[in-house]
Amino acid sequence: MTGFLTALDPILDGIIQAFYLIATLDPEVLKITALSLFITFSATILGSIFALPVGTVIAFREFTGKKLLINLIQTFYAFPTVVIGLIVFLFIRRTGPFGFLGFLFTPWGMIIGQTLLVLPIIAGLTISALLAVDRTITDTILSLGATRLQFMISVVKEARFAIFAAIAMAFGRAVSEVGAAIIIGGNIDATSFWGSTRTLTTAITLETGKGNIGLSIALGLILLFIALAVNTLIAQVQQR
Amino acid sequence: MIEIRELYKSFGNKQVLRNVNAVINAGEIFTIIGPSGQGKSTLLRIINLLDEPTAGQILFDGVDIHRDKSRRMEFQRMMAMVFQKPVVFDTTVRDDIATGLRYRGFDRRIITKRVDEAIAVIGMEGFGERKARTLSGGEMQRVALARAMVTEPAILLLDEPTANLDPVATGAIEELIQRYNRESGTTIIMSTHDMIQGQRLAHRIGFLMDGTFSQTGTPRDVFLTPKNKDLARFIGVGNIFEGFIHATEKGIVSIDSGSTVIYAVSDLPAGKRVSGCIRRGDITLHLSHAERMSARNVLRGTITSILPVGSVSEISVDCGINLTARLTWKAVEDLDLHTGDVVWLSFKASAVHVMEDAAVSI
Repeated sequence: MTGFLTALDPILDGIIQAFYLIATLDPEVLKITALSLFITFSATILGSIFALPVGTVIAFREFTGKKLLINLIQTFYAFPTVVIGLIVFLFIRRTGPFGFLGFLFTPWGMIIGQTLLVLPIIAGLTISALLAVDRTITDTILSLGATRLQFMISVVKEARFAIFAAIAMAFGRAVSEVGAAIIIGGNIDATSFWGSTRTLTTAITLETGKGNIGLSIALGLILLFIALAVNTLIAQVQQR
Repeated sequence: MIEIRELYKSFGNKQVLRNVNAVINAGEIFTIIGPSGQGKSTLLRIINLLDEPTAGQILFDGVDIHRDKSRRMEFQRMMAMVFQKPVVFDTTVRDDIATGLRYRGFDRRIITKRVDEAIAVIGMEGFGERKARTLSGGEMQRVALARAMVTEPAILLLDEPTANLDPVATGAIEELIQRYNRESGTTIIMSTHDMIQGQRLAHRIGFLMDGTFSQTGTPRDVFLTPKNKDLARFIGVGNIFEGFIHATEKGIVSIDSGSTVIYAVSDLPAGKRVSGCIRRGDITLHLSHAERMSARNVLRGTITSILPVGSVSEISVDCGINLTARLTWKAVEDLDLHTGDVVWLSFKASAVHVMEDAAVSI
């Protein structure tokens, strides 16, 4: 029994240290969190810029293979992040087709990876959100004499909260993924902010390996807090 | 003037409308009455350009609105439709009502003015800034009407607008529809499965049965002289019987219904297979076979049931055919009527409405 309790000590120490790091606003913790948020926000915004119009067009256009395409997009929700990492790695490594950009092991490369990750999620959920708008609503819009563009704007407006939830969901998935970030970023701890590629998830992975339990727990708590914040936001929006 | 010409509509193998023809005059309220699932909504949707007909035409003052694609938006904006299910946009009442005006690019001031007027017309002053989704079904439907009316359509289409509402909300909507038609002269085409409502609001009625208008006319025409027995049954005329004309003399036919002979006014020839109906109120009930029965038809029978319906009682009598007479509760008590009693029913030959049965002759 004493053995069990003694074995708990390092965990307790880690937790205490984690709270200490967070409470004192440890620069290392702040830097990792800031970079992580920057990368995921950028990817979510970029992804939205592409996926929202594409999703809208797919939802409103009738074409052969539409169902199949939607199915395919939805399958990509579960695309393994390490595979995305691998694909992006192959393309942007020095000898790859986009090697000249020098994006490997930089935040920019990681943004590309996460953008690819969120694209199908935002597009797919946007399509679902638009198709879920009540038929009587869409009929009413047409009946009121909307032009094609006015129709699209009105339907998107009706689905705005569901679309927002889709974006938040994509953000949540991107901020917590580790596979792509570690392959593309490499968890580089540089002195300059833009030179480092340590995100919350990759840092936890590697710091834990190094026995740096306190830092790992601190980053884990922050990650949990972000997930909680995102979920609360989605819940709030969906209650409207 | 709206003309529906030889209109057909199929969804896959299912034919919903077949050879629908009608003329709807400018400024009138035309109600489409019929059982559910007979194509009422489909017809309105085709008029509103939301569905394409399989064949046939909808003409506005002689122009086929489905054919002339370049004027599609112009035609679309001549109409406004309110649907069976009350829906509002996810916004304020004021903003919801303004939707159609914004599509048409109206000036803000005009929009504000018209929306204010509309809110007053539907009796929802003070609701302008409310979230439309927080309204009750009846209120939402009033907003839907206002949203349609502010666009000042030439034709207002209403698809069972009160089907999902309680009687009070229904009354409010009916009053609005009637007042709007009277004051603006807008042509209104409305579908309903509620015959009383159709009768109450309509200048003219079209009965849509089995995907086609089986009869169109004024409420009086249609309710007093339905064209066939399905229609009579749907209207609830009551006392429908079948038989064939076995003799005819000076405009009076005798109809053999198997067990009973009934005299009726009709110019159909002998041998025709017919159905007849006798309104319950036109049948007089007697306790004995008295001398003063001047009616052409006098039938003896046994009371099979006495059922209270609203403020009257319906007395069913087996006279070989089953006939139902309508008496007040007081009369039932005064006459001391009971199930099993033998009574006489009398009605005039002119009280029997004779309808020719389709095609099949004996």
